[in-house]
Amino acid sequence: MISLEHISQSIHEALSASLNSTLVLLIEMAIAGVLVISLFAVLGLVLVFMERKVSAYMQIRLGPNRVGYKGFAQTAADTLKLLIKEGLTPDGADKFLFNLAPLLVIVVAMLIMAPIAFTKGFQLWDINIGVLYVSAVSSVGVIGILMAGWASNNKYSLLGAMRSGAQIVSYELSAGLSVITIVILVGSLGINDIIESQRNGWWIFKGHVPVLISFVIFVIAVTAETNRAPFDLAEAESELTAGFHTEYSGMRFALFFLAEYVNIFIVCAIGATLFFGGWMPFHIGSWEAFNHVMDFIPGIVWFFGKVFALIFLIMWFRWTFPRLRVDQLLNLEWKYLLPIAMFNLLLTTVMAITGFYFK
Amino acid sequence: MQYEEVATTQDGNLVINVGPQHPATHGVMHLVITMNGETILNVEPHLGYIHRSIEKMCESLSYRQFIYSTSRMDYLSSHINNHGCALAVEKGLQIEVPERAKVIRILMDELTRIASHVLWWGAMAMDVGALTPFFHAFRERELINDIMEETCGARLTMNYMVPGGVMTDLHPNFVKKVKDFVAFFRTKIDEYDTLVTYNVIFQGRMKGVGVISAEDAVSFGCTGPVLRACGVKSDIRKLAPYDGYAQLNFEEPLETAGDSYARYLVRMRELRESLSIIDQLIDNIPEGEFQAKTKAVLKLPKGEFYSRVETARGEFGVYIISEGGLTPYRIHFRSPGFANLSCLNHIAKGQKIGDLVAMMGTLDLVIPDIDR
Amino acid sequence: MTGYYFFNHKEIITQQYPDVKQELPERFRGEVVMTHDEKNEHRCTGCTACELACPNATIKIVTKQELQPDGKKKKALDTFVYHLELCTMCNLCIVACPTDAIKMAQTFEHSVFDRNQLTKKLNAPGSKLMEGVE
Repeated sequence: MISLEHISQSIHEALSASLNSTLVLLIEMAIAGVLVISLFAVLGLVLVFMERKVSAYMQIRLGPNRVGYKGFAQTAADTLKLLIKEGLTPDGADKFLFNLAPLLVIVVAMLIMAPIAFTKGFQLWDINIGVLYVSAVSSVGVIGILMAGWASNNKYSLLGAMRSGAQIVSYELSAGLSVITIVILVGSLGINDIIESQRNGWWIFKGHVPVLISFVIFVIAVTAETNRAPFDLAEAESELTAGFHTEYSGMRFALFFLAEYVNIFIVCAIGATLFFGGWMPFHIGSWEAFNHVMDFIPGIVWFFGKVFALIFLIMWFRWTFPRLRVDQLLNLEWKYLLPIAMFNLLLTTVMAITGFYFK
Repeated sequence: MQYEEVATTQDGNLVINVGPQHPATHGVMHLVITMNGETILNVEPHLGYIHRSIEKMCESLSYRQFIYSTSRMDYLSSHINNHGCALAVEKGLQIEVPERAKVIRILMDELTRIASHVLWWGAMAMDVGALTPFFHAFRERELINDIMEETCGARLTMNYMVPGGVMTDLHPNFVKKVKDFVAFFRTKIDEYDTLVTYNVIFQGRMKGVGVISAEDAVSFGCTGPVLRACGVKSDIRKLAPYDGYAQLNFEEPLETAGDSYARYLVRMRELRESLSIIDQLIDNIPEGEFQAKTKAVLKLPKGEFYSRVETARGEFGVYIISEGGLTPYRIHFRSPGFANLSCLNHIAKGQKIGDLVAMMGTLDLVIPDIDR
Repeated sequence: MTGYYFFNHKEIITQQYPDVKQELPERFRGEVVMTHDEKNEHRCTGCTACELACPNATIKIVTKQELQPDGKKKKALDTFVYHLELCTMCNLCIVACPTDAIKMAQTFEHSVFDRNQLTKKLNAPGSKLMEGVE
């Protein structure tokens, strides 16, 4: 069975046999960089196409089906169009911030890619505070949105950006608290430790009620964080403003667009890692034969399968529910989600101490 | 039109334009909104972007010819508008419409009402944020449009009513298709309810939003579902029945809350009532003529004639002043949208900007109806 | 609810337009055409009832005086000018015609690059009035 950790091991050994260690490090960094950027590109393509097809089938229509075989080249055509469009800068806009905003958002997305474990050994940086790192860096993304809104010199963009900023900052809390429940059960913040602890079963089955509640809160908070419906008033078309990215066109808009979809991927990856075991196959306790069978499917297939299942769930939400008004949204967070999350935390702590969960 | 300079800030309040081109539907309407933060202080509609001087045009058309222009005013209830015009002319000429024509007219009217309410539902859901129901709504509308296409020949601007009856007889497939549609649609209304009406987010966005009291609604001149949601009986089909509605057995849905959710519920119940009307009539279409014999050239006697019908939006009135010639001296159409729009300023004060879209959606404005 | 629709592809009602053309009902109001039979004859007597019935002057009938076999001069149709760009497809002309000379065709793809192509002559060249039509 080809496993990716063998490939990475063998590349490392081949390189370090012939060159000195600093050069090996540099070359590996370059390879990793190229892989991440190509992953971004491919992900963007695939996710946008998936969104359009999923939305189309839910709306009893066919999605794009003319460009390329059954429409697969649609996103490539769209990206090409966005690249060759004129990138207008509005007259009174603050040029430096205007250009910096999309870059910031993309850089944040790339940074969060670092601790995500695609499969055993295939992780850019196994930092020992993995989960905390993710939470912290994703908060920096808010600055990008606020910059975009302010620098556009457009009062509608500013309105949209303000709302979006408030929304993201509030839902960070609930997302963080739901993540902490898993951390309590595992005992470590590192991503690899969390995945290893799920070797005998995923957390969503092992820790029962509290983890289920925190999963629900996590999904809601994470759809709000990435500005997806039903919380998408930052980019709502039927409200007055087209949101913080109104004034962007061409390449910069492409970056915002891409960053949004990659963000969805990232938060679903985190969710899959925490609740569904990352690349760990579906093991049940000590059923050795069953576990052995499950191991045949490589870790990377498990990982992407889980992530795409979660992405499908989030896309399903978008096309089913109407939009929440901004005060209702903040209401939901501060009056309902946060108290429930805190109570859930307490419950999890009690459960962890008394050992009342499947080990 | 005198265009005042609209400043961007007035006393520290923000003035924005919900411009003529809407992201949401409804048509070309320009609203100038003064807000303080997120709260609306004043809404001023600027109309006239789609004014085509239909009333003036009709002064040079004969009594058979002017009916087609009303299809283009409120294009979602085009049959009902044509019906109103035909009734006005028949009142002037004292023509007796045969029974078969009356029943055909009612059937077409109710199908149009269903089509209009279904599109309203889809557009309303889209404004509030759920983008999927719009497509489901159009699936139903396509079925109704196909039925209309077989009999009348056109899907949207059907010029099918003439003074004296209807233009051509029903297509042989009509009865079967309508029965299939009614059976299909009954299941779909339940789906609509599951998807939208009982959804907590929808109710949160529409309950308590845009409340209007019954006295205010009457004084602004609102008619139709807007008035019925305040608890006032106002269905022209019951108050001044025309063309055979008096023999039918249907209810007038009333709600008392007067807010957006009440208007929504009234329209959903009207859908079911229309289905029951069609059920009562579809099996017993009387045989006979579909058009009364009229002279080739119609000349109304000197006088004033007014007829009113209940469109999907409210009361549509046709007022003809005739001097005895071939063409009318003056025609005026009392459009329901104009009066319904006038209460927007009153109900929008103090609400948030996100509610404006929900309110405009439940008032069910079709802008070509407002500027004729 | 939407999940149900996602998985049931047979509910999709999109018609792939250029590949699959739908049959239109016979009463569909596309554009006005004049029927000609196999002998290239039409039924229009040039009575201008349709021109009078049209609300916005879409039809213009040019008549000429034709010499009949029995020596008398009779008014007959020269050209039937039909402005497709002004037509609202309201059907009033078809209803007004006493001899059933015109009917509605089911064409709906009317867009052209040159506006002059929309002014049509409805009677085919060389056609004449059918026998026995008054």
